[in-house]
Amino acid sequence: MSAVWLVVLVVGIATVAFKATGPVLLGNRELPEPVARVVALLAPVLLSALVVTQAVGGDHELVLDARLAGVGAGAVAIAARAPLPAVVVAAALATALARLVT
Amino acid sequence: MPSTVVSSELRYRDGVRAAIAVAATVWFFGASFGLLARAAGMGVLAPLVLSATTFAGSAQFAVSSILGAGGGTFAAITAAVLLNTRYAPISISVARLFHGPRLRRLVESQLIVDESWALASRGGGHFDRRLLLGAGLLLYVSWVSGTAVGVLAGDALGDPKNLGLDGAFPALFLALLVPQLRAPRAALAAAVGGAIALVLIPLTPPGTPIVAASAACLLGLRRSDS
Repeated sequence: MSAVWLVVLVVGIATVAFKATGPVLLGNRELPEPVARVVALLAPVLLSALVVTQAVGGDHELVLDARLAGVGAGAVAIAARAPLPAVVVAAALATALARLVT
Repeated sequence: MPSTVVSSELRYRDGVRAAIAVAATVWFFGASFGLLARAAGMGVLAPLVLSATTFAGSAQFAVSSILGAGGGTFAAITAAVLLNTRYAPISISVARLFHGPRLRRLVESQLIVDESWALASRGGGHFDRRLLLGAGLLLYVSWVSGTAVGVLAGDALGDPKNLGLDGAFPALFLALLVPQLRAPRAALAAAVGGAIALVLIPLTPPGTPIVAASAACLLGLRRSDS
C-alpha cells in the first residue's frame, strides 16, 4: 500500500470512530447528573476554542492577519442582530478587503 | 434540566437557510482541498475518499500540506488524528439525539462536523437532531462535491482566501457562541476554554489547543447552578 493510501485509511477510520464515540457508545442513554452538567458546557467551551483557533491560530504560532477584520465585522453584524448568513458574508467581505489593502 | 428537545418546522427551515451560506463557503474550501491534495501528489481518488470518510477540513488540509512538503506518513497521520480528536467530546455532547440500531447511529454520526454541530446548538447543552442531520447532509454534499471539482478543475477556481472565506469561519462560530453565554457558568467556561486555546496555540501542535480547552467543561462539576 502506498503512503498516501495508508494515511487516508488510518485518518478515515480514526475520524469515523471519533464521530461515532457519543452516538454509538452512549446513544440516548441518560447521563449521571454531574456528567450531564459537564457535557452541557461542551458547546460554549468548544465554540469559544474554535473562534480563537480559527481567528488567530497558526502552526505553533499566533497569526494576526486579515481574519481579525472578518471577526470584527462579524461581531458588529452580530451586535446589530443580523441573520447568520449576513454575518458570514460580512466577515468574508471584510477579510477579503483587509487582505487587499495590506 | 428538561430532557425534551422541541423542534418546529420554522426552526428547521431557518437552520437549513443558515446552512446554505455556510455550505457555499465549505464548498470552496472543499475545492481548494482537492486542488492542494492533487498538487501534493495524492492523485484523484485518494483525496475524494479522504473527504468522504473524514469530512473535516482542518485535518485534511494538514494531511495535504504535510504530504506535499514531504513531511512523511507518520507526521501526516499524527497531525490529522490530533486535529480530529475534538470530535470525541463533540459527539458525546450530541449523543442523546441518536436512536435506533448501532449501525444507523454510526452512519448518522458521520454528519457531525464543526459547522453542523454549531448550527444545531440551541443553548443550555441542547441540540436539535433535524438541524444537525439536515445541515450535516448539505455540508457533506458540498464538501465532497467541492473536493471533486478541486481535484479535477481546481486551477480555474482560485484561492478561497482571496474571497476572505477563512475569516468567515471564526465569525460564524462567534455568532453561534454568543447566544450560549447567557448563563454565567457557560460564559465563564467559554472564557476559560478560549484562554486555554489561546495560550496553547504557540506551544502545541494544531488540534491540541481545542482538545485541551475542553477541560474548562469541568467547571460543570460545581454544584451551585449559577
